[in-house]
Amino acid sequence: MARMNMIEAIRDAIDVKMSQDPDVLVFGEDVGYFGGVFRCTAGLQEKHGLHRVFDTPIAEGGIIGAAVGMAAYGLRPVAEIQFADYIYPGYDQICSEAARLRYRSAGEFTAPLTIRTPVGGGIHGGQTHSQSPEALFTHISGIKTIIPSNPYDAKGLLIKAIEDNDPVLFLEPKRLYNGPFDGDPHKPAVSWAKHDLGEVPEGHYTIDFEKARLFQEGSDLTILSYGTMVWVAEAAAAATGVSADILDLRSLLPLDLDAIVKSVKKTGRCLVLHEATRTSGFGAELIAEVQEHCFYSLETPIVRVTGWDTPYPHALEWEYFPGLERVSEGIRRVMEG
Amino acid sequence: MTKRSNVSKLYVPEPPFRPGDKPDFSHIVVPAEHSPSRPDPMVDAYDTEPQATGLVRVLKLDGEATGDWNPNLNADTLREGLRHMLLTRLVDDRMFSMQRQGKLSFYMKSTGEEAVAVATAMAVRPTDMVFPTYRQQGILMARGWELKKLMCQCLSNAGDPLEGRSIPVLYSVREKGFFSVSGNLGTQMIQAVGWGMACAYRGNDDIAIAFTGEGASAEGDFHYALNFASTYRAPVILNVVNNQWAISSFQGIAAGQSKSFASRGLSWGLASLRVDGNDFLAVYAAMQWAAERARRGGGATVVEFFTYRKEGHSTSDDPTKYRPRSEPDAWPFGDPIGRLTDHLIKLGEWDEKRHEALIDELKVFVRETYKEAEALGTLATPSNINPATMFEEVFEETPSHLRRQRQEFGV
Repeated sequence: MARMNMIEAIRDAIDVKMSQDPDVLVFGEDVGYFGGVFRCTAGLQEKHGLHRVFDTPIAEGGIIGAAVGMAAYGLRPVAEIQFADYIYPGYDQICSEAARLRYRSAGEFTAPLTIRTPVGGGIHGGQTHSQSPEALFTHISGIKTIIPSNPYDAKGLLIKAIEDNDPVLFLEPKRLYNGPFDGDPHKPAVSWAKHDLGEVPEGHYTIDFEKARLFQEGSDLTILSYGTMVWVAEAAAAATGVSADILDLRSLLPLDLDAIVKSVKKTGRCLVLHEATRTSGFGAELIAEVQEHCFYSLETPIVRVTGWDTPYPHALEWEYFPGLERVSEGIRRVMEG
Repeated sequence: MTKRSNVSKLYVPEPPFRPGDKPDFSHIVVPAEHSPSRPDPMVDAYDTEPQATGLVRVLKLDGEATGDWNPNLNADTLREGLRHMLLTRLVDDRMFSMQRQGKLSFYMKSTGEEAVAVATAMAVRPTDMVFPTYRQQGILMARGWELKKLMCQCLSNAGDPLEGRSIPVLYSVREKGFFSVSGNLGTQMIQAVGWGMACAYRGNDDIAIAFTGEGASAEGDFHYALNFASTYRAPVILNVVNNQWAISSFQGIAAGQSKSFASRGLSWGLASLRVDGNDFLAVYAAMQWAAERARRGGGATVVEFFTYRKEGHSTSDDPTKYRPRSEPDAWPFGDPIGRLTDHLIKLGEWDEKRHEALIDELKVFVRETYKEAEALGTLATPSNINPATMFEEVFEETPSHLRRQRQEFGV
């Protein structure tokens, strides 16, 4: 075991795969010599060579389009999009190409590529460095959407993503890169060094998709969440003194519906949390599934706490972010019904 | 170019002729003598400026082959090319009329552009992956894909290797080095560059050959492709088939004020050729040149095939609604099949009688093959495709939400 923050865990996952498999290539904006703006690929070029870890033009559509061609050929590209906010020029290549290639060619061509990109706010990034666009991808058939909340999961899930024979969008909550975050920006930052989930096995291991993590076990309420909000959920449950089952979904598509249904049937109450905007967000999908499968077990209406349906404002970042106070209020609403 | 005024005013280009006009292409000079020279394939990219703005040609309109681009093909190869082009045209005619009879939902002909596809396929290796548009079916003829499968794809019937998942002509034939055709235009250009980068990474001398129409060359993917191909010296050929029409929009909508589509390559430091796309020998020679350059580490070549789309974009549009009915016949570069036929006759290697006999033979082949294909189902008959296949191959393994939906659907 080794102590790692999420950046180191991600880098280690790529390093493990690059050492095992010469078909794994890494590219994106500033990922080469410099090692990425968040340092996730630092040292990899020096170790694995210029032709395996390299910089690209600032052209997200080009990065993903080239990755689709390489993946169809038989390589395993790991492309970085510097911020998820920049992914949109590559959206057509993801949705119409990578995600559809296997289906439209009846399995003749596939696109086993991994797209890594940082998501979420809390770093003073304003509206162009803080978005959480996961629902734009879970709505697309043919691509998997993964989002870890800690170093241990990040490494195991990223190795799994690279080995997966389908395209995987790997979302990295950037506020969690250096430590867990309970939603209170005024507290001193906590590092992963003090947390169990910062203990990361060396070498190769994988975590299966479609398996939620039962982050915390409780009896009164189920909180469904992922990414940064898992940590806010934990803090809010403690602050309100409610015994909560907190499910860290980790894999949004495919989704671990069994774990969700099992938990909600047990607690009879459900709170859905995400940082992304509310309308047509992934929370809507979660609520629909819970309603469909657990309706007769529900004691109170399902509540969701999310980012507002506005762009992510720079100066009002903490008014936008669904922090401790709003989540605690959400818990009270579900408990009271 | 339209005269500029001293006042800034929104300018919207229009084609020279619309329905009712008498098309006159005298402003397009058919070079008589004749073609920019053939440089060494490893020439500095910027030195291809004459080839990027001129017009690479071998066949004169009278059927004579001249100049240093002449690939000097033997008569058997020429006859093979003629055969593939004729087959392509006859298949197109057959499928078009079957669409009109309601047997298939849609079709796209390549009439007038057969040389672009067929000569390319014959000039490169069968293992080189092509990233085609929907108008390079000639590659499948030249590479010998089973015609019945092609027809079954168009019929979306039980014989369709793609299980009825795509509209007609969006083929995918990996065994013939034919990449899955996308309905989203231009996306294949940058994918081909990625494929070429992968070939180079693996250290073999395979290459990728991509096609786009001139209309879709306006897509970002085209510009990504040129940028990445230049940056990583990818072994690819990036072809722009300038057939003058993108559905109803003439080439000037995509071209703007630029001199040629080929010359766009120069600004990325890529070798660039503008080629007479109706000249089988010129297409062959240009592809041979660009393939050699790519295999020897010289990087990508941008090629504009200057040609003309003789028919509508697809079965869904009537070209007489946006261009003069007589425009295809007025096009000054002739017909690729007619020009190669004339050349073979001039060489004494072909004659009218053999030509007629070949057409008859191919017509029977097309008719008989179509009958076999139609026996497996058409759009007008109940689909023979197993509905359960709808849920397959979305992913390698079917995840639980799709399994639940399949159950809900009842299969």
